[in-house]
Amino acid sequence: MEVPILKQGAVLIATFQAALSDADLNQLRMGLVQQVVKFRSRAVIVDVTAMDVMDSFASRTLREIAHMIRLRGAETVIVGIQPEVAFAMVQLGLTLEGVATALDLEEGLAYLNEKFKTTN
Amino acid sequence: MSDGEIRVGINSDQDIVVARQKGRAMANELGFSPGDATLIATAISELARNIVSYARKGKITLKMVNGLNRQGIAVTASDEGPGIPDIRQALRDGFSTSGSLGLGLPGVRRLMDEFEIDSRPGQGTTVAVKKWKQ
Repeated sequence: MEVPILKQGAVLIATFQAALSDADLNQLRMGLVQQVVKFRSRAVIVDVTAMDVMDSFASRTLREIAHMIRLRGAETVIVGIQPEVAFAMVQLGLTLEGVATALDLEEGLAYLNEKFKTTN
Repeated sequence: MSDGEIRVGINSDQDIVVARQKGRAMANELGFSPGDATLIATAISELARNIVSYARKGKITLKMVNGLNRQGIAVTASDEGPGIPDIRQALRDGFSTSGSLGLGLPGVRRLMDEFEIDSRPGQGTTVAVKKWKQ
């Protein structure tokens, strides 16, 4: 299952589906970094609203995506972690340290707009 | 199918997704809250991942269980892989031998209500966990 990546100005938006396998996540990691390069994007929003489970592999991949994109000089925001998923992540001891998060897509875009404003 | 047993063969990362979806479906059917269903699905995901990472293949069995005045779900992950030489060490946070996060087993233990592990080097590992409906 492929993750659609939408380009909106300087921001790329990747929307996760519920049933992503490890292979899908790895593919997305490469795809996102390549597209950040191709479009000279300044930020990536990863929308995980539909994700039913965030296990150790998924959260490690998200952290890696954010770090790779930071090395390209762009910013990553993870949006839409569901309350139950957040609870399970905490129980599992998973963190997304050093990665920006926001409530939903709208909040994520607002966060980036604010950030770009201050850096301009 | 409410008291039937569901078995999912775990041979690839795709099967991890199948196993956790079946687990969530069973939890929903048994009347678990969405929050608990997510904890169960997450635990299944971690157990299935351990099978793929360490043993390559195995199976996950899902079963309804009846306790005293309560119902629950029993998840058993079994493989005939290399086994865990030091179980106590494997149950400590931060321990891993496959370059993963190493949070698998202690995390699963926190997600579920009951946790049992049986592992013999060279013969395989069986992890049996249960979650009771609140």
